[in-house]
Amino acid sequence: MRILKREQDLVDTRMTTQTGLAHHFDDIEQQREAGTLGMWAFLVTEVMFFGGLFMAYILYRWKYPAEFAVASNSLNVTMGFINTLVLICSSLTMALAVYFSQIGNRRLITVFLLLTMALGTTFLVVKGFEYHEKYVEHHVPVRFPTYEFKWEAHAKEAASGHEATLFAVDTGKVEMFFWLYFAMTGVHALHMIIGLGILTTLVIMTRRGRFTPEYHSPVELSGLYWHFVDIVWIFLFPLLYLIGAHLH
Amino acid sequence: MREHIVSPKVYFAVFATLGVFTVVTWSVAKADLGILNVVVALTIAVIKATLVVLYFMHVRWSSRLTWVFVCAGFFWLAIMIALTLSDFTTRDWLTIASQ
Repeated sequence: MRILKREQDLVDTRMTTQTGLAHHFDDIEQQREAGTLGMWAFLVTEVMFFGGLFMAYILYRWKYPAEFAVASNSLNVTMGFINTLVLICSSLTMALAVYFSQIGNRRLITVFLLLTMALGTTFLVVKGFEYHEKYVEHHVPVRFPTYEFKWEAHAKEAASGHEATLFAVDTGKVEMFFWLYFAMTGVHALHMIIGLGILTTLVIMTRRGRFTPEYHSPVELSGLYWHFVDIVWIFLFPLLYLIGAHLH
Repeated sequence: MREHIVSPKVYFAVFATLGVFTVVTWSVAKADLGILNVVVALTIAVIKATLVVLYFMHVRWSSRLTWVFVCAGFFWLAIMIALTLSDFTTRDWLTIASQ
């Protein structure tokens, strides 16, 4: 009897490794639903996490609209725009990776996961150039003996003699904008880096043939994460880069 | 509920729409519309985010329970923003009342 039981266990284990169904679920669809729901529960906590930063941004922008517009005007909008397009492209390639995992085309899952990673890396490289630009301009909101935040009337405004925006810009309030800029884009970039790690794992899992049209939840759920990070940027781009675009 | 497989055509259509909206939001931001600037920017951002949630994240075809989770998340975010602003925007009123 016991031997029979063990044989049955062995058969069960083999089936589990084939279909990817964990023993505590009735069937693969129940497992998939539970996974999606769990991922969304996590994403809701992420909404609240970024929500705190957006709340801080709303309050300070409401308090200091002029300084925020002027500070935003000094950001490199072209780089922000390119990065927005890069992220939208990466969301498309991620969605296509999920599609090919659903129809079971292992080669194309790998291709589109790698494309997504390439676009994600492009985003971070552009971000790196932007951060460097801010560093050189002394717009990083820190105070060290060797480096400190400085704000001079931006060259562009000074040249055009835009009096209205120059009149009384408080350096501390401008610094607050840059603090929020670095906190929000920094935490967003950290999420991108974690996303790249997740995608690397997915590529390895795909190469090992772990995904089938029946079981591909890791691809699907990582896709949800990647798209969420894209949504955060969809809000960051207009709120950080475009609020001073009307000043020249 | 069987898994709904979204056609790549839908993905490309959503992608094109997101791209167009990105260009529109930058173009509009260059014009000085006063308070309307922020209204237009946020409206476009909300539309883009909704498209990503519904199509890229498959929520359109997800279970009702997933809908509840998604809506609850954004509803609580709205509560946080609304209550915090109702505090900060009315703090000046107290000084007037005490005078």
